[in-house]
Amino acid sequence: MKKKRWKELMHGADLPPASSLEYKTGSWRTLRPIWDPDKCTHCMFCVAYCPDMAISIVKSEKGVKGFNGRIYKGTVRLETDLDFCKGCGICAHECPTHAIEMVREEEATSSK
Amino acid sequence: MSTWKPLSGTQAVAEAMRQINPDVVVAYPITPQTPIVEFFAQYVANGIVDTETIPVESEHSAMSATVGAAAAGARAMCATASQGLALMWEVVAAVPGLRLPIVMPVVNRALSAPINIHCDHSDTMGATTIGWIQIFSENGQEVYENMLLAIRLAEHPDVLLPAMVMQDGFITGHGVENVEIFDNDKVRAFVGTRNPDRYLLDVEHPYTIGPLALPDYYFEIKRQQEEAMKHVKKIYLEIGKELSKITGKEYPYFESYKLDDADAVIVVLSSTAGTAKDTVDKMRAEGKKVGLLKPKLFRPFPYKEVRAALKDVPVIGVLDRSMAFGAYAPVYAEIKNALFELDKKPKLQSYVFGLGGKDIFKSDIEKAFNELLSGEVNSEEERYIGLRG
Repeated sequence: MKKKRWKELMHGADLPPASSLEYKTGSWRTLRPIWDPDKCTHCMFCVAYCPDMAISIVKSEKGVKGFNGRIYKGTVRLETDLDFCKGCGICAHECPTHAIEMVREEEATSSK
Repeated sequence: MSTWKPLSGTQAVAEAMRQINPDVVVAYPITPQTPIVEFFAQYVANGIVDTETIPVESEHSAMSATVGAAAAGARAMCATASQGLALMWEVVAAVPGLRLPIVMPVVNRALSAPINIHCDHSDTMGATTIGWIQIFSENGQEVYENMLLAIRLAEHPDVLLPAMVMQDGFITGHGVENVEIFDNDKVRAFVGTRNPDRYLLDVEHPYTIGPLALPDYYFEIKRQQEEAMKHVKKIYLEIGKELSKITGKEYPYFESYKLDDADAVIVVLSSTAGTAKDTVDKMRAEGKKVGLLKPKLFRPFPYKEVRAALKDVPVIGVLDRSMAFGAYAPVYAEIKNALFELDKKPKLQSYVFGLGGKDIFKSDIEKAFNELLSGEVNSEEERYIGLRG
């Protein structure tokens, strides 16, 4: 991409919105959150606490299977977006059902 | 219709802020700026202004909240002095880069240590290199008018830079003089409302403010900031002309007092310029041709115009109310810089005076003028007025 010259920039380094989507920070991670959907109640704690908004949510009429084999309907969480997750572990710390475990990156990738 | 009111310099600032009617004011009280916040808080409590004030726990938070409000699209103001400016420094330095037109009155006070509450210029002289517009004021009347000018200057689309408006702590800040407060309707029409081209609360047109910029863009953004600073001088004069229609006064970059045929000239900022004008009058009456140059717009510094004003003066003394330890005193350095282009340069002498609020008298300034007239000067030497030797 051709870089802009100083006269072409918006003043004050202002940028178009949501440009951080193009700036992937997942490679900063040393610990990877491993989410076990079978233990998840879809309480949204991890979603709310995630500092990088790396856990996406979706509406599910059909529902998904989770904690105690129950079907959870409505808003449910998806896999953590590893392009943006920096591995801080806040989601694992906050999870009331211990559905998230932090695993060292090299172990997480070698077990795949 | 304008009214004359007995006001301290800080009250004069509060009056200007009343007429500016900012959306948000966040300021933490610090001597000698405190009365600005006190008087303005009364206007807010009495419903005279529409401003929202935000109580905070420190100056760092005060400037942070001011930045947040300004980025959201508000006309937001702060006020501080000395240690307060020092504490908010991190955020103060970020404002010009964010291009937020925040106007902040600063009531000049000495910096610790030793701790001291009285006037000198060491607080704002530390902030000359980071991209704020700086305007110094001699008295309550000037500081009131400079506030009105500054808000328009800062918010001009070709500028969009923050501005500090200075007055001398206690001497001006707490000294009561008659100040002419101009007609509310006329002043409010002059200051108008802030009309930003984009702002964060405009959810229809989202954008990102304050992103990370590494070696690939930081330099370019700073160059852009310097371009804005280059526009300031022209727009300062334009807005000054507009303000003249209300006040009947002129708004030059600096005041020249009996300068044209002077054999010796003193350059000094703020309240001491008043004392120096009295001295000039006394000495002129005795047949001594002396004059004064009082810088007002200090950032950007009007080098070309100062050079033109001083080019025929045989000897110039520059009085600084702060030191730049290990370097020439701040105002002296600018004057010396301004004169470099001249083939035939005036003789120069640097004087430092009044640190930590030490008084300076007409007799002191007269002594300095006589020393300048004698030609016994040394441009490499810093001399001290009022220091026990």
